[in-house]
Amino acid sequence: MSQILANPLAARDHARAMGGTQVETMPIIPPVASDLPEDVAAEDLLWEETIAAGGYATRRLARGARLRLIDLQGDACASLMLFNAEMPTERLNVADTVKIQWNAYLEAGKLLLSDMGRVLMSILEDDAETHDTFCGTSNEAVNTRKYGEGRNSGAFPNGRDRLLLGAAKHGLGRRDVHPCINLFKGTRIEADGTITPVIGPFDAGRSVVLRAEMDVIVVIANCPHVLDPREAWSISPLRVSAWRGAVTPTQDPIRNATPEGLRAFQNVEDYYRR
Amino acid sequence: MSADPHLSGLTGTPIHDEIVPARAPWLHTVKAGQTLRIVDLEGNQAVDFMIYAAADDAERYSAQDTVSAQGNLFLRGGSVLLSNEGNPMMTITGTSVEYHDTIGGACSCESNTLRYGHHTKSQHACVENFLEANLAQGRGKRDIVSNINFFMNVPVEADGALGIVDGISAPGLLVDLRAEMDVIVAVSNCPQINNPCNAFNPTPVRMIVAA
Repeated sequence: MSQILANPLAARDHARAMGGTQVETMPIIPPVASDLPEDVAAEDLLWEETIAAGGYATRRLARGARLRLIDLQGDACASLMLFNAEMPTERLNVADTVKIQWNAYLEAGKLLLSDMGRVLMSILEDDAETHDTFCGTSNEAVNTRKYGEGRNSGAFPNGRDRLLLGAAKHGLGRRDVHPCINLFKGTRIEADGTITPVIGPFDAGRSVVLRAEMDVIVVIANCPHVLDPREAWSISPLRVSAWRGAVTPTQDPIRNATPEGLRAFQNVEDYYRR
Repeated sequence: MSADPHLSGLTGTPIHDEIVPARAPWLHTVKAGQTLRIVDLEGNQAVDFMIYAAADDAERYSAQDTVSAQGNLFLRGGSVLLSNEGNPMMTITGTSVEYHDTIGGACSCESNTLRYGHHTKSQHACVENFLEANLAQGRGKRDIVSNINFFMNVPVEADGALGIVDGISAPGLLVDLRAEMDVIVAVSNCPQINNPCNAFNPTPVRMIVAA
Protein backbone atom coordinates (compact mmCIF):
# COMPACT_ATOMS: atom_id res chain seq x y z
CA MET A 1 0.00 0.00 0.00
CA SER A 2 1.38 3.34 -0.96
CA GLN A 3 1.93 6.03 1.59
CA ILE A 4 -0.95 8.06 0.08
CA LEU A 5 -3.45 5.25 0.50
CA ALA A 6 -2.27 4.31 3.95
CA ASN A 7 -2.45 7.73 5.45
CA PRO A 8 -5.57 9.91 5.17
CA LEU A 9 -3.61 13.06 5.83
CA ALA A 10 -1.17 12.19 3.06
CA ALA A 11 -4.17 11.64 0.76
CA ARG A 12 -5.46 15.04 1.83
CA ASP A 13 -2.15 16.67 1.12
CA HIS A 14 -1.98 14.97 -2.25
CA ALA A 15 -5.48 16.14 -3.14
CA ARG A 16 -4.78 19.66 -1.95
CA ALA A 17 -1.58 19.80 -3.94
CA MET A 18 -3.69 19.48 -7.10
CA GLY A 19 -5.59 22.69 -6.37
CA GLY A 20 -4.74 25.56 -8.64
CA THR A 21 -3.85 23.31 -11.57
CA GLN A 22 -4.62 25.01 -14.86
CA VAL A 23 -5.74 23.09 -17.93
CA GLU A 24 -7.30 24.31 -21.15
CA THR A 25 -10.78 22.95 -20.56
CA MET A 26 -12.08 24.09 -17.19
CA PRO A 27 -14.19 26.76 -15.54
CA ILE A 28 -12.34 29.87 -14.30
CA ILE A 29 -13.69 30.75 -10.86
CA PRO A 30 -14.07 33.59 -10.18
CA PRO A 31 -14.37 34.33 -13.90
CA VAL A 32 -11.56 36.24 -15.59
CA ALA A 33 -11.27 37.13 -19.26
CA SER A 34 -8.83 39.48 -20.93
CA ASP A 35 -10.88 39.95 -24.07
CA LEU A 36 -14.21 41.35 -22.90
CA PRO A 37 -15.82 44.01 -25.09
CA GLU A 38 -14.59 47.49 -24.15
CA ASP A 39 -17.88 48.54 -22.55
CA VAL A 40 -18.03 45.51 -20.25
CA ALA A 41 -16.58 45.92 -16.76
CA ALA A 42 -14.55 43.01 -15.40
CA GLU A 43 -16.94 42.66 -12.43
CA ASP A 44 -19.85 42.10 -14.82
CA LEU A 45 -18.30 38.90 -16.12
CA LEU A 46 -20.59 36.04 -15.03
CA TRP A 47 -19.14 32.88 -16.51
CA GLU A 48 -15.85 31.84 -18.04
CA GLU A 49 -15.38 28.22 -19.02
CA THR A 50 -13.81 26.18 -21.77
CA ILE A 51 -15.91 23.10 -22.53
CA ALA A 52 -13.85 20.03 -23.39
CA ALA A 53 -14.18 18.17 -26.67
CA GLY A 54 -17.10 15.89 -25.91
CA GLY A 55 -18.01 17.84 -22.80
CA TYR A 56 -21.03 19.83 -21.71
CA ALA A 57 -21.85 22.79 -19.53
CA THR A 58 -24.95 24.47 -18.18
CA ARG A 59 -25.77 27.77 -16.56
CA ARG A 60 -28.67 29.89 -15.45
CA LEU A 61 -28.48 33.37 -16.99
CA ALA A 62 -30.54 36.42 -16.11
CA ARG A 63 -32.52 38.42 -18.64
CA GLY A 64 -30.12 40.81 -20.39
CA ALA A 65 -27.02 38.65 -19.95
CA ARG A 66 -24.78 38.16 -22.97
CA LEU A 67 -23.44 34.72 -23.82
CA ARG A 68 -20.40 34.49 -26.07
CA LEU A 69 -19.32 31.20 -27.62
CA ILE A 70 -15.92 30.92 -29.29
CA ASP A 71 -14.89 27.98 -31.44
CA LEU A 72 -11.30 28.08 -30.25
CA GLN A 73 -9.72 25.70 -32.75
CA GLY A 74 -12.35 25.67 -35.50
CA ASP A 75 -13.91 22.28 -34.87
CA ALA A 76 -16.39 22.81 -32.02
CA CYS A 77 -20.11 22.08 -32.24
CA ALA A 78 -22.35 23.79 -29.67
CA SER A 79 -25.58 21.84 -29.39
CA LEU A 80 -27.80 24.22 -27.46
CA MET A 81 -30.97 23.72 -25.43
CA LEU A 82 -32.76 26.60 -23.68
CA PHE A 83 -35.37 26.66 -20.92
CA ASN A 84 -37.27 29.44 -19.19
CA ALA A 85 -35.39 29.28 -15.86
CA GLU A 86 -38.43 29.85 -13.66
CA MET A 87 -40.76 27.57 -15.62
CA PRO A 88 -38.69 24.98 -17.51
CA THR A 89 -41.74 23.48 -19.20
CA GLU A 90 -41.27 26.48 -21.47
CA ARG A 91 -38.33 25.75 -23.74
CA LEU A 92 -36.72 26.34 -27.09
CA ASN A 93 -39.03 25.36 -29.93
CA VAL A 94 -36.93 24.82 -33.03
CA ALA A 95 -39.95 24.39 -35.31
CA ASP A 96 -41.44 27.71 -34.19
CA THR A 97 -38.00 29.34 -34.42
CA VAL A 98 -37.71 28.56 -38.12
CA LYS A 99 -41.40 28.81 -39.01
CA ILE A 100 -42.18 32.09 -37.30
CA GLN A 101 -39.11 33.77 -38.81
CA TRP A 102 -39.83 32.28 -42.24
CA ASN A 103 -36.22 31.13 -42.43
CA ALA A 104 -34.16 28.21 -41.19
CA TYR A 105 -30.65 29.65 -41.31
CA LEU A 106 -29.48 31.29 -38.09
CA GLU A 107 -27.42 34.50 -38.21
CA ALA A 108 -27.12 37.83 -36.37
CA GLY A 109 -30.54 39.28 -35.67
CA LYS A 110 -32.35 35.95 -35.51
CA LEU A 111 -34.38 34.96 -32.46
CA LEU A 112 -34.53 31.70 -30.55
CA LEU A 113 -38.21 31.29 -29.76
CA SER A 114 -39.93 29.35 -27.01
CA ASP A 115 -43.03 27.22 -27.36
CA MET A 116 -44.96 29.94 -25.53
CA GLY A 117 -44.65 32.62 -28.18
CA ARG A 118 -41.71 34.37 -26.53
CA VAL A 119 -38.08 34.99 -27.39
CA LEU A 120 -35.64 33.20 -25.07
CA MET A 121 -32.45 34.55 -26.64
CA SER A 122 -31.49 36.60 -29.65
CA ILE A 123 -28.33 36.41 -31.76
CA LEU A 124 -26.46 39.71 -31.35
CA GLU A 125 -23.29 38.90 -33.28
CA ASP A 126 -22.29 36.03 -35.49
CA ASP A 127 -19.19 35.69 -37.64
CA ALA A 128 -19.75 31.98 -38.29
CA GLU A 129 -23.14 31.63 -40.01
CA THR A 130 -22.70 27.89 -40.31
CA HIS A 131 -25.40 26.72 -37.95
CA ASP A 132 -27.98 23.97 -38.02
CA THR A 133 -31.60 23.90 -36.93
CA PHE A 134 -32.57 20.53 -38.38
CA CYS A 135 -30.30 17.68 -37.38
CA GLY A 136 -30.33 17.67 -33.60
CA THR A 137 -27.52 15.75 -31.98
CA SER A 138 -26.10 12.26 -31.77
CA ASN A 139 -27.37 9.57 -29.43
CA GLU A 140 -25.79 6.39 -28.13
CA ALA A 141 -27.11 4.30 -31.04
CA VAL A 142 -25.70 6.72 -33.63
CA ASN A 143 -22.27 6.87 -32.00
CA THR A 144 -22.12 3.12 -31.52
CA ARG A 145 -22.77 2.60 -35.23
CA LYS A 146 -20.38 5.33 -36.28
CA TYR A 147 -17.50 5.12 -33.85
CA GLY A 148 -17.95 1.62 -32.45
CA GLU A 149 -18.99 2.97 -29.07
CA GLY A 150 -21.29 5.67 -27.78
CA ARG A 151 -21.71 5.30 -24.04
CA ASN A 152 -21.80 8.44 -22.00
CA SER A 153 -18.96 7.11 -19.88
CA GLY A 154 -16.96 5.94 -22.88
CA ALA A 155 -14.44 7.54 -25.17
CA PHE A 156 -17.02 8.80 -27.71
CA PRO A 157 -19.87 10.33 -25.71
CA ASN A 158 -23.01 11.35 -27.57
CA GLY A 159 -24.76 14.72 -27.60
CA ARG A 160 -28.13 13.56 -26.33
CA ASP A 161 -26.67 12.02 -23.18
CA ARG A 162 -24.61 15.18 -22.60
CA LEU A 163 -27.73 17.33 -22.92
CA LEU A 164 -29.54 14.93 -20.58
CA LEU A 165 -26.83 15.34 -17.93
CA GLY A 166 -26.94 19.12 -18.28
CA ALA A 167 -30.73 19.13 -17.93
CA ALA A 168 -30.52 16.76 -14.97
CA LYS A 169 -28.39 19.27 -13.06
CA HIS A 170 -31.51 21.44 -12.97
CA GLY A 171 -33.81 18.63 -11.87
CA LEU A 172 -34.99 17.97 -15.42
CA GLY A 173 -35.16 14.59 -17.13
CA ARG A 174 -35.57 12.64 -20.33
CA ARG A 175 -38.89 14.31 -21.15
CA ASP A 176 -37.15 17.67 -21.09
CA VAL A 177 -34.43 16.95 -23.65
CA HIS A 178 -36.01 18.76 -26.57
CA PRO A 179 -34.86 19.44 -30.14
CA CYS A 180 -31.70 21.54 -30.08
CA ILE A 181 -29.84 23.83 -32.43
CA ASN A 182 -26.20 23.38 -33.42
CA LEU A 183 -23.95 26.42 -33.54
CA PHE A 184 -20.73 26.40 -35.61
CA LYS A 185 -21.65 23.28 -37.60
CA GLY A 186 -24.09 23.94 -40.42
CA THR A 187 -26.44 22.34 -42.88
CA ARG A 188 -27.64 23.44 -46.31
CA ILE A 189 -30.92 22.12 -47.67
CA GLU A 190 -31.32 21.21 -51.33
CA ALA A 191 -34.59 21.64 -53.19
CA ASP A 192 -35.45 17.96 -52.82
CA GLY A 193 -34.91 18.14 -49.06
CA THR A 194 -31.42 16.64 -49.09
CA ILE A 195 -29.36 17.76 -46.11
CA THR A 196 -25.77 18.73 -46.88
CA PRO A 197 -23.68 19.03 -43.73
CA VAL A 198 -21.26 21.99 -43.54
CA ILE A 199 -18.84 20.65 -41.00
CA GLY A 200 -15.48 22.33 -41.59
CA PRO A 201 -13.15 22.35 -39.75
CA PHE A 202 -13.22 26.14 -39.97
CA ASP A 203 -10.87 28.96 -39.06
CA ALA A 204 -10.07 29.09 -35.38
CA GLY A 205 -11.72 31.76 -33.25
CA ARG A 206 -15.14 32.20 -34.84
CA SER A 207 -17.68 33.47 -32.33
CA VAL A 208 -21.38 33.95 -31.65
CA VAL A 209 -22.86 36.34 -29.07
CA LEU A 210 -26.36 35.69 -27.76
CA ARG A 211 -28.50 37.92 -25.53
CA ALA A 212 -30.82 36.40 -22.95
CA GLU A 213 -34.25 37.95 -23.41
CA MET A 214 -35.66 35.95 -20.49
CA ASP A 215 -34.16 34.30 -17.41
CA VAL A 216 -32.90 31.15 -19.06
CA ILE A 217 -31.21 27.84 -18.37
CA VAL A 218 -28.62 27.20 -21.06
CA VAL A 219 -27.42 23.64 -21.70
CA ILE A 220 -24.57 23.18 -24.17
CA ALA A 221 -23.09 19.90 -25.39
CA ASN A 222 -19.89 19.93 -27.44
CA CYS A 223 -19.93 16.67 -29.40
CA PRO A 224 -19.32 15.95 -33.10
CA HIS A 225 -22.21 16.94 -35.37
CA VAL A 226 -24.48 13.96 -36.00
CA LEU A 227 -23.80 14.17 -39.76
CA ASP A 228 -20.05 14.71 -39.44
CA PRO A 229 -18.76 12.59 -42.36
CA ARG A 230 -15.34 12.00 -40.87
CA GLU A 231 -14.53 8.53 -39.67
CA ALA A 232 -12.74 9.80 -36.59
CA TRP A 233 -14.67 11.28 -33.66
CA SER A 234 -13.60 14.91 -34.31
CA ILE A 235 -14.34 17.79 -32.00
CA SER A 236 -12.35 20.60 -30.36
CA PRO A 237 -12.86 22.74 -27.25
CA LEU A 238 -15.54 25.44 -27.00
CA ARG A 239 -15.02 28.58 -24.96
CA VAL A 240 -17.98 30.15 -23.16
CA SER A 241 -18.13 33.58 -21.56
CA ALA A 242 -21.15 35.44 -20.19
CA TRP A 243 -21.53 38.92 -18.78
CA ARG A 244 -24.26 41.10 -17.36
CA GLY A 245 -26.11 43.33 -19.76
CA ALA A 246 -29.11 45.61 -19.99
CA VAL A 247 -32.58 44.30 -20.69
CA THR A 248 -33.41 44.95 -24.34
CA PRO A 249 -34.76 48.50 -24.74
CA THR A 250 -37.90 49.26 -26.76
CA GLN A 251 -35.89 50.92 -29.57
CA ASP A 252 -33.60 47.89 -30.01
CA PRO A 253 -33.16 47.13 -33.73
CA ILE A 254 -33.39 43.35 -33.31
CA ARG A 255 -36.61 43.75 -31.28
CA ASN A 256 -38.16 45.83 -34.01
CA ALA A 257 -36.81 44.03 -37.07
CA THR A 258 -39.94 42.05 -37.96
CA PRO A 259 -43.60 42.12 -36.89
CA GLU A 260 -43.37 38.50 -35.73
CA GLY A 261 -40.26 39.17 -33.68
CA LEU A 262 -41.70 42.34 -32.19
CA ARG A 263 -44.72 40.41 -30.96
CA ALA A 264 -42.36 37.80 -29.43
CA PHE A 265 -40.62 40.60 -27.50
CA GLN A 266 -43.97 42.11 -26.54
CA ASN A 267 -45.02 38.73 -25.18
CA VAL A 268 -41.80 38.63 -23.10
CA GLU A 269 -42.44 42.14 -21.79
CA ASP A 270 -45.99 41.13 -20.93
CA TYR A 271 -44.67 38.06 -19.07
CA TYR A 272 -42.30 40.22 -17.00
CA ARG A 273 -45.00 42.82 -16.22
CA ARG A 274 -45.09 41.99 -12.53
CA MET B 1 -72.15 -3.22 -53.06
CA SER B 2 -69.41 -0.74 -53.91
CA ALA B 3 -65.91 -1.32 -52.57
CA ASP B 4 -64.56 1.33 -50.17
CA PRO B 5 -61.74 3.06 -52.12
CA HIS B 6 -60.10 4.13 -48.87
CA LEU B 7 -59.43 0.48 -48.01
CA SER B 8 -57.82 -0.35 -51.32
CA GLY B 9 -54.43 -2.03 -50.93
CA LEU B 10 -54.58 -1.90 -47.14
CA THR B 11 -52.43 -4.56 -45.47
CA GLY B 12 -54.54 -6.58 -43.03
CA THR B 13 -58.10 -6.32 -41.81
CA PRO B 14 -59.49 -3.07 -40.34
CA ILE B 15 -59.87 -3.30 -36.57
CA HIS B 16 -60.51 0.38 -35.99
CA ASP B 17 -62.06 2.87 -38.39
CA GLU B 18 -62.89 6.38 -37.32
CA ILE B 19 -63.57 9.76 -38.87
CA VAL B 20 -61.74 12.46 -36.92
CA PRO B 21 -63.80 15.63 -37.26
CA ALA B 22 -62.29 18.89 -38.44
CA ARG B 23 -60.26 20.55 -35.60
CA ALA B 24 -60.37 17.50 -33.29
CA PRO B 25 -57.71 15.43 -31.46
CA TRP B 26 -57.32 11.64 -31.71
CA LEU B 27 -55.36 9.23 -29.54
CA HIS B 28 -54.90 5.54 -30.25
CA THR B 29 -52.52 2.68 -29.54
CA VAL B 30 -51.13 0.85 -32.55
CA LYS B 31 -49.43 -2.47 -31.88
CA ALA B 32 -46.19 -3.57 -33.52
CA GLY B 33 -46.93 -4.93 -36.97
CA GLN B 34 -50.28 -3.17 -37.34
CA THR B 35 -50.80 -0.56 -40.05
CA LEU B 36 -52.36 2.86 -39.53
CA ARG B 37 -53.83 4.44 -42.63
CA ILE B 38 -54.64 8.18 -42.67
CA VAL B 39 -57.00 9.36 -45.39
CA ASP B 40 -57.14 13.05 -46.30
CA LEU B 41 -60.88 13.03 -47.03
CA GLU B 42 -61.30 16.48 -48.56
CA GLY B 43 -57.69 17.38 -49.44
CA ASN B 44 -54.88 19.58 -48.08
CA GLN B 45 -55.74 18.93 -44.44
CA ALA B 46 -52.67 18.94 -42.20
CA VAL B 47 -52.60 15.98 -39.80
CA ASP B 48 -50.24 16.86 -36.94
CA PHE B 49 -48.86 13.59 -35.63
CA MET B 50 -46.85 12.50 -32.59
CA ILE B 51 -45.73 9.07 -31.50
CA TYR B 52 -44.85 7.75 -28.03
CA ALA B 53 -43.46 4.32 -27.18
CA ALA B 54 -46.25 2.49 -25.37
CA ALA B 55 -43.78 0.80 -23.02
CA ASP B 56 -42.05 4.06 -22.02
CA ASP B 57 -43.56 7.30 -23.19
CA ALA B 58 -40.38 9.29 -22.44
CA GLU B 59 -39.26 7.68 -25.68
CA ARG B 60 -41.01 9.52 -28.48
CA TYR B 61 -40.79 10.58 -32.10
CA SER B 62 -37.84 12.79 -32.93
CA ALA B 63 -37.96 14.82 -36.13
CA GLN B 64 -34.27 15.68 -35.80
CA ASP B 65 -33.14 12.07 -35.39
CA THR B 66 -35.37 11.05 -38.28
CA VAL B 67 -34.14 13.64 -40.78
CA SER B 68 -30.51 13.13 -39.73
CA ALA B 69 -30.73 9.39 -40.25
CA GLN B 70 -32.22 9.71 -43.73
CA GLY B 71 -30.19 12.80 -44.71
CA ASN B 72 -33.33 14.49 -45.99
CA LEU B 73 -36.00 16.77 -44.56
CA PHE B 74 -38.98 15.26 -46.36
CA LEU B 75 -40.82 12.14 -45.24
CA ARG B 76 -41.57 9.79 -48.12
CA GLY B 77 -42.53 6.18 -48.68
CA GLY B 78 -39.88 4.09 -46.90
CA SER B 79 -39.02 6.76 -44.34
CA VAL B 80 -38.40 5.24 -40.93
CA LEU B 81 -39.69 7.40 -38.09
CA LEU B 82 -37.10 7.31 -35.32
CA SER B 83 -37.40 7.97 -31.61
CA ASN B 84 -35.24 10.25 -29.50
CA GLU B 85 -33.31 7.08 -28.56
CA GLY B 86 -32.68 6.22 -32.20
CA ASN B 87 -35.17 3.33 -32.38
CA PRO B 88 -37.59 2.77 -35.30
CA MET B 89 -41.14 3.59 -34.18
CA MET B 90 -43.09 3.45 -37.44
CA THR B 91 -42.29 3.13 -41.15
CA ILE B 92 -44.13 4.93 -43.94
CA THR B 93 -45.00 1.88 -46.03
CA GLY B 94 -46.98 3.74 -48.66
CA THR B 95 -48.19 7.19 -49.54
CA SER B 96 -50.06 8.72 -52.44
CA VAL B 97 -48.61 12.14 -51.59
CA GLU B 98 -45.10 12.89 -52.77
CA TYR B 99 -43.75 13.86 -49.36
CA HIS B 100 -44.75 15.04 -45.89
CA ASP B 101 -43.40 17.67 -43.50
CA THR B 102 -41.67 17.23 -40.17
CA ILE B 103 -39.94 20.58 -39.63
CA GLY B 104 -42.93 22.95 -39.43
CA GLY B 105 -44.09 21.90 -35.99
CA ALA B 106 -47.55 22.40 -34.57
CA CYS B 107 -49.55 25.58 -34.33
CA SER B 108 -50.25 26.86 -30.84
CA CYS B 109 -52.29 29.74 -29.44
CA GLU B 110 -48.99 31.35 -28.52
CA SER B 111 -47.18 30.91 -31.83
CA ASN B 112 -50.30 32.11 -33.61
CA THR B 113 -49.94 35.45 -31.80
CA LEU B 114 -46.52 35.83 -33.40
CA ARG B 115 -47.41 34.59 -36.84
CA TYR B 116 -50.80 36.14 -37.34
CA GLY B 117 -51.36 38.67 -34.51
CA HIS B 118 -52.70 38.75 -30.97
CA HIS B 119 -56.29 38.62 -32.20
CA THR B 120 -55.78 34.89 -32.93
CA LYS B 121 -54.97 33.95 -29.30
CA SER B 122 -58.43 32.55 -28.60
CA GLN B 123 -58.46 30.26 -31.62
CA HIS B 124 -58.16 26.52 -31.22
CA ALA B 125 -54.70 25.14 -32.09
CA CYS B 126 -52.80 21.88 -32.49
CA VAL B 127 -50.94 22.13 -29.20
CA GLU B 128 -54.31 22.39 -27.44
CA ASN B 129 -55.32 19.15 -29.15
CA PHE B 130 -52.05 17.41 -28.26
CA LEU B 131 -52.38 18.50 -24.64
CA GLU B 132 -56.01 17.43 -24.44
CA ALA B 133 -55.27 14.01 -25.93
CA ASN B 134 -52.10 13.42 -23.92
CA LEU B 135 -53.44 14.63 -20.58
CA ALA B 136 -55.85 11.68 -20.64
CA GLN B 137 -52.81 9.45 -20.19
CA GLY B 138 -50.81 11.64 -17.83
CA ARG B 139 -48.54 13.30 -20.36
CA GLY B 140 -48.27 17.07 -20.32
CA LYS B 141 -46.47 20.00 -21.80
CA ARG B 142 -43.01 18.41 -21.43
CA ASP B 143 -44.18 15.72 -23.79
CA ILE B 144 -44.99 18.07 -26.66
CA VAL B 145 -41.99 17.85 -28.95
CA SER B 146 -41.39 17.95 -32.66
CA ASN B 147 -44.10 16.33 -34.76
CA ILE B 148 -44.98 15.26 -38.28
CA ASN B 149 -47.42 17.19 -40.43
CA PHE B 150 -48.88 14.68 -42.86
CA PHE B 151 -50.11 16.20 -46.12
CA MET B 152 -48.33 19.50 -45.40
CA ASN B 153 -45.73 21.03 -47.72
CA VAL B 154 -42.83 22.99 -46.18
CA PRO B 155 -39.97 23.40 -48.65
CA VAL B 156 -36.71 25.13 -47.69
CA GLU B 157 -35.38 27.47 -50.35
CA ALA B 158 -31.74 28.13 -51.16
CA ASP B 159 -31.53 31.14 -48.84
CA GLY B 160 -33.19 29.23 -46.00
CA ALA B 161 -36.61 30.79 -46.64
CA LEU B 162 -39.22 28.44 -45.32
CA GLY B 163 -42.98 28.50 -45.10
CA ILE B 164 -46.05 26.38 -45.32
CA VAL B 165 -47.01 26.62 -48.97
CA ASP B 166 -49.74 25.22 -51.14
CA GLY B 167 -50.72 21.73 -50.17
CA ILE B 168 -49.84 18.84 -52.47
CA SER B 169 -52.62 16.60 -51.26
CA ALA B 170 -56.08 16.01 -52.67
CA PRO B 171 -59.31 14.33 -51.61
CA GLY B 172 -58.81 10.64 -50.90
CA LEU B 173 -54.99 10.69 -50.81
CA LEU B 174 -53.51 8.66 -47.99
CA VAL B 175 -50.48 7.54 -46.05
CA ASP B 176 -49.85 4.11 -44.50
CA LEU B 177 -47.68 3.64 -41.41
CA ARG B 178 -46.55 0.29 -40.04
CA ALA B 179 -45.81 0.26 -36.33
CA GLU B 180 -42.34 -1.11 -35.56
CA MET B 181 -43.03 -1.15 -31.82
CA ASP B 182 -46.19 -0.72 -29.75
CA VAL B 183 -46.89 2.99 -30.08
CA ILE B 184 -49.32 5.57 -28.81
CA VAL B 185 -50.29 7.91 -31.64
CA ALA B 186 -51.54 11.40 -30.81
CA VAL B 187 -53.06 13.38 -33.64
CA SER B 188 -54.27 16.92 -34.00
CA ASN B 189 -56.42 17.34 -37.05
CA CYS B 190 -55.09 20.84 -37.56
CA PRO B 191 -57.63 23.57 -36.77
CA GLN B 192 -55.54 26.34 -38.35
CA ILE B 193 -57.78 28.84 -40.13
CA ASN B 194 -55.17 31.50 -40.95
CA ASN B 195 -53.20 29.57 -43.53
CA PRO B 196 -53.98 29.40 -47.22
CA CYS B 197 -52.54 25.87 -47.53
CA ASN B 198 -55.86 24.35 -46.51
CA ALA B 199 -57.97 27.13 -48.04
CA PHE B 200 -58.56 28.43 -44.47
CA ASN B 201 -60.88 25.49 -44.00
CA PRO B 202 -60.11 22.54 -41.68
CA THR B 203 -61.72 19.30 -42.84
CA PRO B 204 -62.14 15.77 -41.40
CA VAL B 205 -59.73 12.89 -41.87
CA ARG B 206 -60.21 9.14 -41.58
CA MET B 207 -58.02 6.90 -39.41
CA ILE B 208 -58.01 3.18 -40.10
CA VAL B 209 -55.99 0.65 -38.11
CA ALA B 210 -55.49 -2.73 -39.74
CA ALA B 211 -54.08 -5.89 -38.17
